[in-house]
Amino acid sequence: MDTARLNRWLLGPAVKPVLFLACLLPVLWLIYATASDQLGANPAEALIRSTGDWTLRMLCLVLAVTPLRIQFKLPALARLRRMLGLFVFAYAVLHLLCYAWLDMGLEPGDIARDIAKRPFILVGFTAFVLLTLLAATSWNRAIRALGAVRWQALHRLVYAVAVLAVLHFFWMRAGKNNFAEVQVYAGVLGLLLGWRLWRLWSGQRPRTAVGQARIDQGPR
Amino acid sequence: MLIKTRDDGFAHPVPSEITPQEVYQDRRQLMRLMAGGAAGAVLASWATRDARAQMPAPGASLPGRKSAVSGASTVEKLTDFKDASGYNNFYEFGMDKSDPARNAHTLKTTPWTVAIEGLVKKPGNYALEDLLKLSAMEERIYRMRCVEGWSMVIPWVGYSVAELIKKVEPLGSAKYVEFVTLADKKTMPYVGSRVLDWPYVEGLRMDEAMHPLTLLTFGMYGEVLPKQNGAPLRLVVPWKYGFKSGKSLVKIRFTDKQPATAWSVAAPQEYGFYSNVNPLVDHPRWSQAAERRIGEDGLFAKKRKTLMFNGYEPQVGQLYAGMDLKKYY
Repeated sequence: MDTARLNRWLLGPAVKPVLFLACLLPVLWLIYATASDQLGANPAEALIRSTGDWTLRMLCLVLAVTPLRIQFKLPALARLRRMLGLFVFAYAVLHLLCYAWLDMGLEPGDIARDIAKRPFILVGFTAFVLLTLLAATSWNRAIRALGAVRWQALHRLVYAVAVLAVLHFFWMRAGKNNFAEVQVYAGVLGLLLGWRLWRLWSGQRPRTAVGQARIDQGPR
Repeated sequence: MLIKTRDDGFAHPVPSEITPQEVYQDRRQLMRLMAGGAAGAVLASWATRDARAQMPAPGASLPGRKSAVSGASTVEKLTDFKDASGYNNFYEFGMDKSDPARNAHTLKTTPWTVAIEGLVKKPGNYALEDLLKLSAMEERIYRMRCVEGWSMVIPWVGYSVAELIKKVEPLGSAKYVEFVTLADKKTMPYVGSRVLDWPYVEGLRMDEAMHPLTLLTFGMYGEVLPKQNGAPLRLVVPWKYGFKSGKSLVKIRFTDKQPATAWSVAAPQEYGFYSNVNPLVDHPRWSQAAERRIGEDGLFAKKRKTLMFNGYEPQVGQLYAGMDLKKYY
């Protein structure tokens, strides 16, 4: 397909609302399935696991934006990145909420003890804290206040989030040597992070921070 | 249950309480049962043994008389048959809880023999038909606590595995019993996956195996076991985490060494040989202090407290007197 046309299409007014609704579909389905008793014999477990799955999927999506944008010369993709990033955070919030409520009965003491005691919970919670930092600095005034360079440095934490998220999932599955799904997410995220390393090492310097920030804010 | 209230019976009918069609149509047998009382019940189960042996297909009626064993009939609300037969860990048929119900139809349960081996006077291959006749079927309503933190209440049908053990006469040197389950690549699609070493092996100490609560199980909810629940025969050890209860048994071996059980080989830091239900000893990745009762505890309800030995402490506590249960988890 003609990239110039695709790019123009991506700049169209419908793209953002459509993407927003598409990202909302999983949570709408989960609400519907919970209400209509379609989550099987253990709905609590199903909710905790699927919100975790969707956090990982959203993370894959948001980290695919820059590689796709550069490899396929689609600068228009950049304006979708913030929304996707906020959806990662939103699903992470739901995941944490499901764990805290359905598994721990919203007992602050129990939750704190669980986080401190269990490495895989601690790793997941650390990823959540980092995501909170990123979400809290995702709006325009925060970007301006930090300055583009510092903002970009801070938001590279998303790479750490990706590593922690895969580790969290790996550890959760480790007891049963059930790594098939873990490998899929590790593979996708590894590819996306590997692409960035490859760009760095092969001397193709990433775009300057200021230029990046300008693109992220979208066309005015 | 000794005292029936209006809350029982019709309010919560369960398949095991409904007279099977075959039974009410067989009037003579029914009259013998009524006339003979308790003795009649035994007679009736003896009288039907051949009929049962001929129809071990999952779903066929397999009634059990009320058990006299202490702790064998909890009065808690039964888990729905749909959940007990649709939410299973049976990794030979897939890792997802809904996989066994979907995939286990390929399992061939007839003919079926169980090899008795090792330190025993009467080794040999025992046909399923003979095992079905070996002792009177009893209904045992047990709590089932999975190591993953959920639980069910299931009416099993079978007899104490001690009955079989006594028949085959283990030698004095036999200290453990190993239970080996089927690992047939042709009928079990996930045998060969890297999750575990196959076949799935479980084991008990001799005194645990001889405990009357340890059930050699052929049915549940008054019916022959569904394939996804371990047809045609499985073990049920109600005071241990569910994975200790091997499904679709093909070999029972008497040994003087502690068997290398599947999960304790796959993840020794997480699963020990004993694996008694114990709220005080956490799994490394989650607490074992509480559990969610499937189909009963609401989504937002707090989980219920897990009981020591799954509530069977009065019956089995003395088996572990003086043992450090943190060390022997």
